[in-house]
Amino acid sequence: MSHHIIEAEDLHYKYPDGTSAIQGVSFRITHGESVAIVGENGAGKSTLLLHLNGYLLPTEGALRIGDYSLTKETLNEVHRTVGMVFQDPDDQLFMPTVFEDVAFGPMNLGFPADEIKKRVYDALETVGMLHLKDRPPFKLSAGEKRAVAIATVLSMSPNILVMDEPSSHLDPKTRRKLIALLGTFKHTKIIATHDLDMAVDLCERTLIIHKGKIAADGPTRELMQDEELLEQCSLEKPLKLQCCSLCGKVSV
Amino acid sequence: MADIGAHFIEIGLMDRLATKDTAIHRLDPRAKLLTTLVFVATVVSFGKYEVSALLSFFVYPIALIARGDIPARYILKKIILVAPFAILVGVFNPFLDREPLLTIGDWSIAGGWISLLSILVRFILTVGAALILLACTGINGVCLALEKLGVPRVFTAQLLFMYRYLFVIMEEGMRMVRAKRCRSFSKQDTGMKAFGHMLGHLLLRSLDRAQRIHSAMSCRGFDGHIPSMKQLRLTSGDVAFVAGWSGLFIIMRLYNISQLLGSFITEVIS
Ligand SMILES: Nc1ncnc2c1ncn2[C@@H]1O[C@H](COP(=O)(O)OP(=O)(O)O)[C@@H](O)[C@H]1O
Ligand SMILES: [Mg+2]
Repeated sequence: MSHHIIEAEDLHYKYPDGTSAIQGVSFRITHGESVAIVGENGAGKSTLLLHLNGYLLPTEGALRIGDYSLTKETLNEVHRTVGMVFQDPDDQLFMPTVFEDVAFGPMNLGFPADEIKKRVYDALETVGMLHLKDRPPFKLSAGEKRAVAIATVLSMSPNILVMDEPSSHLDPKTRRKLIALLGTFKHTKIIATHDLDMAVDLCERTLIIHKGKIAADGPTRELMQDEELLEQCSLEKPLKLQCCSLCGKVSV
Repeated sequence: MADIGAHFIEIGLMDRLATKDTAIHRLDPRAKLLTTLVFVATVVSFGKYEVSALLSFFVYPIALIARGDIPARYILKKIILVAPFAILVGVFNPFLDREPLLTIGDWSIAGGWISLLSILVRFILTVGAALILLACTGINGVCLALEKLGVPRVFTAQLLFMYRYLFVIMEEGMRMVRAKRCRSFSKQDTGMKAFGHMLGHLLLRSLDRAQRIHSAMSCRGFDGHIPSMKQLRLTSGDVAFVAGWSGLFIIMRLYNISQLLGSFITEVIS
């Protein structure tokens, strides 16, 4: 099942204004893995993710996604393989109704009309938002927008899900619901976040990015216990792994 | 500035109106687009002092508003919002063109006033027709129709993005105005300099945002062409719609229906 694999080799990216956002990143993510990419603001998480679906092409180094190396020619296949959920759902939802928005991807892929409808209904059903299908997206609540944004990607049935800070701007309960939802997905998942508690919940493996380089790559729980490492990368130990300040117990 | 927010929400209403399902909405976008074009062309082609003959053209917008279940107040408000442009075009006519054209008793009305009135009526008709087209077809439908009628994709995509990004720019603008207000307290005049900075900033932010939206679109396979689920098929109803209205417009262009009707009624009464 090589089509669920992502492999980066010495990736570099320099923005046109000269900012070196990624400076030599290598990793290999295999089928069914769930990986958190953590790092402080400006570490380069979003920039890295934008490579994974080919929006940015590396200035140096190579990226293999599924069966393809990432080049201009393979973009279509890459878009089909990798579903990308953006940080701000307002950027992702641009069609007049939720239905049309979720249908946008499948329509671009050229599916016949009844197949498109089925995909849209399935995707909205999965995220529990089918009842909103005729509403204009910009009038939804933050949690609903996020769920619909996820549906827009699910409708293309990608093998790999890439999400940029999916839990930001959500209230605690909506955040929990989202985490539960993501936990049900069997896709290969790559989640950029600084919500380390979510990383602990959802991802066995974590890549810590610091100033455009990989500072650590390993099992999430181990990395999250390494206070020195976290300190170095301007991160804080997840709450659930900290000693409870009230009763002195660790929750997990 | 709160009303900027209100207008923003109302642009969203345009999109929602387009999702209604009336006989007008079900017409092929091409049929509606063509009819609107013929309408605009005939209205614009009248002489500059024509007013009465134009009045009969109101039958088209009124019919569509009624049949398409479009809130007339909303369309009117949008027309008024852009009316200053039309007034700007014609505002000097009364001063430039003082030739008396019409005398009612002791009053004589200069040609300039008549032509200003004519410009206004034409403006209301054409802008109204365009807005109604949008309200019962949707921007995606209009762009699709343009594309099917042979307009290059570059232009239809441009149009589509202009419309989409209008939201973006207004939204960013609103956020900035709000943020500024929260910090300028009751001091109203924060000077042109702050305003200039804000404008520049607004442009940059909008560009940024537009870029992110574009990336989100291309990640879902966007290639400059907005796909549509609707199979476009011209039915006999569509053809009848175009032919019927266009025929009427041409007749109304050739004969002054309002005047004929007026003289007919006076004849009956007397
Ligand atoms: N469009 C851009 N042009 C120039 N520099 C950018 C751009 N986007 C991000 N950067 C810079 O690249 C670095 C990494 O940013 P980003 O990937 O957004 O970080 P993160 O998502 O981890 O917060 C930052 O220093 C940021 O200032
Ligand atoms: Mg980011």
